Amino acid sequence: MSEHRRLRIFRGTRGSGALQEYGLEAGEGMVVLDAVHKIQAEQAPDLAVRWNCKAGKCGSCSAEINGRPRLMCMTRLSDYPAGEPITVTPMKAFPLIRDLVTDVSWNYEVNKRIPAFKPRAPDAPDGTWRMYQYEVERPQEFRKCIECFLCQDVCHVLRAHEKHAEFMGPAFLVRAAVYEMHPLDEEDRRSYLREQGGIGYCNITKCCTEVCPESITITDNAIIPLKERVVDANYDPLAALWRKLTG
Amino acid sequence: MASADIQTHDYDVVVIGAGGAGLRAAIEAAARGAKVGLICKSLLGKAHTVMAEGGAAAALGTVVDQDNWRVHFRDTMRGGKMHNNWRMAQIHAQEAPDRIRELEAWGALFDRTPDGRINQRPFGGHTHARLAHVGDRTGLEMIRVLQDKAVHSGVAVHMECTVITVPVVGGRAAGALAYYRETGRFVLFRAGAVVLATGGIGKGWQVTSNSWEYTGDGHVLAYEAGAELIDMEFVQFHPTGMVWPPGVRGILVTEGVRGEGGVLQNARGERFMFRYVPEMFKGDFAETEREADAWVTEDRAKNRRPPELLTRDVVAKAIVKEIQEGRGTPHGGVFLDIAAKRPADFIKQKLPSMYHQFKELAGVDITREPMEIGPTTHYVMGGVKVDAETQMSTVPGLFAVGEVGGGMHGANRLGGNSLSDLLVFGRRAGLSAAEFAAQRGPAPAVPGADVDAATQAALAPFARTDGENPFAVQAALQDVMQRHAGIVRDRPGLEQALTQLARLNDAARRATVSGSREYNPGWHTALDLRSLLAVAEMTVRAALERKESRGGHTRSDHPDSDPKVERQQVVVKRDGDRMTVRWEAQPALPADLAKLIKEGA
Repeated sequence: MSEHRRLRIFRGTRGSGALQEYGLEAGEGMVVLDAVHKIQAEQAPDLAVRWNCKAGKCGSCSAEINGRPRLMCMTRLSDYPAGEPITVTPMKAFPLIRDLVTDVSWNYEVNKRIPAFKPRAPDAPDGTWRMYQYEVERPQEFRKCIECFLCQDVCHVLRAHEKHAEFMGPAFLVRAAVYEMHPLDEEDRRSYLREQGGIGYCNITKCCTEVCPESITITDNAIIPLKERVVDANYDPLAALWRKLTG
Repeated sequence: MASADIQTHDYDVVVIGAGGAGLRAAIEAAARGAKVGLICKSLLGKAHTVMAEGGAAAALGTVVDQDNWRVHFRDTMRGGKMHNNWRMAQIHAQEAPDRIRELEAWGALFDRTPDGRINQRPFGGHTHARLAHVGDRTGLEMIRVLQDKAVHSGVAVHMECTVITVPVVGGRAAGALAYYRETGRFVLFRAGAVVLATGGIGKGWQVTSNSWEYTGDGHVLAYEAGAELIDMEFVQFHPTGMVWPPGVRGILVTEGVRGEGGVLQNARGERFMFRYVPEMFKGDFAETEREADAWVTEDRAKNRRPPELLTRDVVAKAIVKEIQEGRGTPHGGVFLDIAAKRPADFIKQKLPSMYHQFKELAGVDITREPMEIGPTTHYVMGGVKVDAETQMSTVPGLFAVGEVGGGMHGANRLGGNSLSDLLVFGRRAGLSAAEFAAQRGPAPAVPGADVDAATQAALAPFARTDGENPFAVQAALQDVMQRHAGIVRDRPGLEQALTQLARLNDAARRATVSGSREYNPGWHTALDLRSLLAVAEMTVRAALERKESRGGHTRSDHPDSDPKVERQQVVVKRDGDRMTVRWEAQPALPADLAKLIKEGA
């Protein structure tokens, strides 16, 4: 059982390119990535697309489908009206390499700068720790992040204002939150988040949360608590007085 | 482009592959003071480890305190049908607990026991609950922890970079010649030691849980460098892959579903696994549904495990038999049902990504209805022959670890033993490679003529104007392997496969690509064909040679196991342009370990 579908895919390199329309016979249950692969195998062998797991677990095949940041492997063709073409374009917040592939290396540079995990001394004589399920569940939510960078793509601070140099973006606020809320961690990342991470740029529009394919509550559970910690450290009048008194 | 214009990097140790094994090796080599370069075919953090779901096996004894390395060793050997490199299986069982605890020290957040220790779940072939896990996304947790540890250890990462040859100069591995996907430009890594951690070969089959990357690159880099490979006939077909809709066919469904109580049923609603308990495991498994259910929800000490938790080779073959005999589902699978055994909240907490995957891709709610599943190509037990202590191949300075290494898992790998394998032997490979590089110093320079010859060969598909479409050749290869070198094989089929592979080799040599060198998947596919075809041939030749059935290798014309070849291996090696196979005996188990297997731990 197949039906004819049309896809408009961005083809081009830095500075030049256009949407190109392809038609294909789509089988039952086909996702956008399958359609792109079929076009690649049969019509456009040099169509550049990045992918790995095809199961929503690796976060490689990020793109914009009818303008919305999504994973191509988790988006079914049947979610879109049959008669209309589906438009697939690369993520806008990162420099284009070719076709649907963007240069996301900046994200890896940002991650490298986050102060590393620093555990407290072990709890037991055998060098192990004790942590309870209720304690680990909070950072475990952030660990679901598959580094698809769709939240970075949708974030207006990066997408529209291009503050890549000053703002780490929601994905890496989530990463910092893993460690900040890790029951064993003793590192203090608050001044990092404020000064280098630019956490103040986030004005909690929650666009990141809406596009997260892992349904991480990025704004409410990661960013807002981090903002509160930063505020407590820097703007708490009692703490400021205490710092003044104790030097 | 002449070799003189090629970008070069100098490292003490170059690690090819950035899944669990490569990352762990890189971390260890850096910790020993080596300057380390890590090359990954994809972006960092996207390697197949990220797909590992169920957990990492280690006899931590946090859930069942009688568990210890001896029980784990025995399970591993029996699961591998006694064909494993016994020393690797021993090292693995002994060191896995430390490697798991070390991950916790680096930030891993495993699920917890009520008393705050690392929780462990039951899995196929493991006597006790043994898999440290994070819901059903253990691999993601592991790769993130290792990734962050590696970047903070000063490891230099080269992303989206594919290695095309490992030059051997002066009798030792001298580095790696690669190209960057983004630009299509070549790069030469010069190194004192090279670690292959490239994963598997699963892209050679039509129905597979493996991504585009798993084209046997490391197996073939080693082969071309003159190393020996073993056990290439042993390919694991995971019992539970998705079967519907067609686009998702092969995507993995974690064994954790069965570990948490999921049951297998045929189209008639029969729990068929009770009929498939092999002689070796008689008495170890529940004999009635009542006992199996009691093990899941009541007392694990008083009841035996459900037969759904038999080893993967056994379960996969049972499923194939049910389907062949007409008891399969309409889409050619069987049912895997956890909804009938566990409440919805439990399923969503323990198997969140399975819930998500079926809901999004198949429109199936696994908390209410059964999943339709069937076997999928998953893992190759065979690989580069290595020294158990150091992971060094038969080529000095060339190491192999993880799925690309051979021996550890024998004829069948137990679920959960891969993640622990990556950690245990990743560390050992990194350590040994750093030591080798320190003792021997930089490798001799790679002759420019060799570099030029390799780059010219790689660029040849651009020069052809009419030839084969590389995607079509790849699809034809997958069809051949699925048909003739799948779960059940026989001599006529394997011989036919050899003939067809020869034809496809010719076609691959005529592969043509259009467009530029920048991020050109047609070109990448054309280059991957070389390794894909070579590993396919290794598997077929070794499968022809092994005239018995054992673990992941089943011959319908030789259905029984032959005790005479239990410890005999098929060794594959290059002789000029010819692929040779020969038999080799593995060392016998020491008396104490043999006794342990026979009498129980």
